[in-house]
Amino acid sequence: MSIQPLLIAAAALFSIGIYGILVRRNAVMVLLSIELILNSVNINFVAFNAMLSDVFLNGQIFSIFIITIAAAEVGIGLAIVLMLFRNRETANINEFDLMKW
Amino acid sequence: MEAIDIFSYFLLLLLLLSGVKVVTTSNVIHAAIFLVFTLATTAVLFILLSAEFVALVLILVYIGAVIVLFLFGVMITRAPLGPNAELDNDQNKLLAAVISLSIFGIFTYILLQTFDSTVVISEGTSTKLLGEILLSRFVFPFELVSFVLLGALIGGITLARKDNALMDEDQI
Repeated sequence: MSIQPLLIAAAALFSIGIYGILVRRNAVMVLLSIELILNSVNINFVAFNAMLSDVFLNGQIFSIFIITIAAAEVGIGLAIVLMLFRNRETANINEFDLMKW
Repeated sequence: MEAIDIFSYFLLLLLLLSGVKVVTTSNVIHAAIFLVFTLATTAVLFILLSAEFVALVLILVYIGAVIVLFLFGVMITRAPLGPNAELDNDQNKLLAAVISLSIFGIFTYILLQTFDSTVVISEGTSTKLLGEILLSRFVFPFELVSFVLLGALIGGITLARKDNALMDEDQI
């Protein structure tokens, strides 16, 4: 198969993630949309790795690192959401406006 | 068109449909389940691109661990189960659609201008080579990322602890 459909699908997944971040009101759902964006970047890395047939497999290694960092990010993000929920009794990001001018 | 091409297009279609359902469904649990679908489709796509180790890592780490964390997050923050109309910012929807569609349009334009239909080579396996490279050329970032995970673990515990002395108001 050719590279173009893969890249366009990854771009579409990225845009879907952006839409989710902008639209969702629950903080956990925003984190879910961030996962979609990271996943689209992984698709790009692996597709380019296959296209260039890289002998050092840089694309695959970078996608493994991205997956690891994403796992760490979800852990920290959910801990922050949990602490916000404990302090403000809600996970609705519209109500976290303490630093809003 | 070969059979594998048709299969890949079908996979990409499934990926996009489940991705759209993740951000449009009004049920929190359904969003997590559709994210599982999206990630599983991505894993199959990675196997087609001869990146089978990345596919297995994706299944183990994302579907095995991250989705469970999300379900715990949903449970602990007492998000209402079942259909919930309060999940979306309705006044943001039009603006968000315009922004995401314009990003998609710009990306598609640039990608179609830049890349011709180069055939992606998807034969053979790469796990043996990946292991050798990961433990020789990339051994320093590999060890460093384990410290990142350790830091995330300790940070997550510290943030989410209930009897945190710093959070106690009468001690500040």
